[in-house]
Amino acid sequence: MDVLAILIDWAPYLLTGVLVTLGLVLSALGLGVVMGLPMALGQVYGSRPLRWIVGIYVWFFRGLPILVLLFLFYFGIFPGLGLGDVPAFVVGAVVLGLRGAAYQSQIFRGAIQSIGEGQMIAARSLGMSRLTAIRSIILPQSVRIALPGWSNEYPNILTDSAVCYAIGVAELLTRASQIVSQTHVTMPIYIATAGVFILLNYGGIRILHRLEKRIAIPGFGSGAV
Amino acid sequence: MDQITFLTEILLPALMSGLVVTLQLIAVSAPFGLLLGIGVAVGRQYGGGILSPVCKVFVYLIKGTPLLLLLIILYFGLPSVGITFSAFTASVIGFILCNGAYNSEYIRGAILSIKDGQMVAAQALGMTRLQAIRNIILPQALIRAIPGLSNEFIYLIKYSSLAYMLTVIELSGAGKLVATKYFAYTETFMVVGLVYLALVTITTVAVNLLEKHVSVPGMIRGETSAMQL
Amino acid sequence: MSTNNYILNVEDIHKSFGNKEVLCGVSFGVRKGDTKVFIGPSGTGKSTLLRCINQLTPPDRGRVWLHGEEVTGSGPRINHFRQKIGMVFQNFFLFDHLSAIENVEIALLKVKKMKKEEAREKALSELRQVGLEDWADHYPAELSGGQAQRVSIARALAMDPDVILFDEPTSALDPELTREVLEVMRKLAQQGMTMLVVTHEMSFACSAATEILFMENGVIAEQGAPETLLSDPQYTRTRNFLGQLTD
Repeated sequence: MDVLAILIDWAPYLLTGVLVTLGLVLSALGLGVVMGLPMALGQVYGSRPLRWIVGIYVWFFRGLPILVLLFLFYFGIFPGLGLGDVPAFVVGAVVLGLRGAAYQSQIFRGAIQSIGEGQMIAARSLGMSRLTAIRSIILPQSVRIALPGWSNEYPNILTDSAVCYAIGVAELLTRASQIVSQTHVTMPIYIATAGVFILLNYGGIRILHRLEKRIAIPGFGSGAV
Repeated sequence: MDQITFLTEILLPALMSGLVVTLQLIAVSAPFGLLLGIGVAVGRQYGGGILSPVCKVFVYLIKGTPLLLLLIILYFGLPSVGITFSAFTASVIGFILCNGAYNSEYIRGAILSIKDGQMVAAQALGMTRLQAIRNIILPQALIRAIPGLSNEFIYLIKYSSLAYMLTVIELSGAGKLVATKYFAYTETFMVVGLVYLALVTITTVAVNLLEKHVSVPGMIRGETSAMQL
Repeated sequence: MSTNNYILNVEDIHKSFGNKEVLCGVSFGVRKGDTKVFIGPSGTGKSTLLRCINQLTPPDRGRVWLHGEEVTGSGPRINHFRQKIGMVFQNFFLFDHLSAIENVEIALLKVKKMKKEEAREKALSELRQVGLEDWADHYPAELSGGQAQRVSIARALAMDPDVILFDEPTSALDPELTREVLEVMRKLAQQGMTMLVVTHEMSFACSAATEILFMENGVIAEQGAPETLLSDPQYTRTRNFLGQLTD
């Protein structure tokens, strides 16, 4: 049978995988920010035990292979908590997010620490509380400084999301291998899938760069962290 | 069976043999990954009109493709066009390509950070371009790239687990087999994770020692010193 | 030409960068033991001229001969000539990853293929020559500017060159450090080393030069022995330039 015809036939099925893959990536990035930012603040401004807990979290989630984390949560922790029926997609998104938080917290931490002490002193001298100073002076600056480093997380999470194949999430790679076993057309399918990943990868990076430019402040935070 | 017996009699012996395979994967991949990284970085920087774009496209493609997909292509895809590797070989090839592509980026960045005067002075002494690259530029670039290269080495340790998806029974695979057979997922994967953590932590300590050992006064380290484990 | 006992001949060198002509036909000959000092306003192509001699910047037109062999257009053989034509740079360009002695050794080992012990001995004696044998194991970042420049002189000397090009060797140094470098250069001149020096240090030019060449707008405007060039009223442009220097 004509390979091109098969490719076209199965394209909708494969491309639906793009939505699943992007779903994984975006929830991981989102969870990464929501958890990573407070973790970074905790590590910089928190009490000793808090810093310690965050440190161990980061060490653990950055030190384990993504495959082992997926197995641990999918086969072990989720069923252990009585959540065995949770779809693999959710487990994948949660694991990528927990891991993303570990990496992203360190990007945010570096950004916060790069802001001069003078900013905090000036804010306090105006009568701001510590919390207000963090919220309205430190964070707006550090988020901008962190953005280039944070953008770099996108391709990492995207390529890691393919490992969710191992727990059967119906993302791009899983669908590709399903198509291969159905059609016995091998290389064209895999290469097309690689092409889709490459497009998502560099397309996403381009969008993030545009975002960086939009929120940039002239003369500030041009140095990547 | 109680936990202690499970751990000492079943899990640890299984993980031990898996660990050996993991270490083999790393030991074979890392040196070639470094060599490939050097080759691609030099090719991209000094390769001229043909080699330079080839190296650039290579890095672009490898960085754009998930490693797992690359591995699947090497092991499950290539046989359809008549090229067959063992699972171990396919894994190692995939790791070398991936590790090499990322290494080359760090090395190239380091080469770019070296001032032109170094090349000028080397040539003024009568060195050929190749001699200057080998004796002056590369040693400096490699010292500056150590933080980045060690990051990649740590990634290699962790991503060697993907070889299991090609049926190589390395550390993760050995864990998976035991976990499935004894229905002990959480404990098993926690222990497997701890072994990886140990490997990564030992490597980090070793890298710090290495950095001290090869440190040259005044040679600024690469900007990318934020250790991303 | 060789009838004049010239070891180095520079013939009608032209060089442009973009549409700015930096060198517009420069010629001169160098005898063994000469110390020729090039002075003149900045931007008149003095440094470019030195780089054209060892082909770090290939000239657009003109030829360079060393011992009757053509250096220009010599292709890969240029590396042979560069061993014979040493160079000392304004910013030293020491190899940052190598200690002082390794900086002196590296070309002996890799270009001259000398044996390790032989190279070490040679490098040590060159460091002694510039008064830095005690600093052999220090890295460039641990040396003062003056020390670094002396190491780079030792690095050039180690190749046993027929001539050494000095490209503003003291411009990056403060007066104290300048003095120690000039001291070494003066000693070399006395020992009969052939040297071409681009510098603004008139004291050195007066005391060490066999000839001063005043360059302006890409050509040698005036040239002569120091005592005549600096006193003879016929050389007004040179004296105007020197007058500006001391203003």
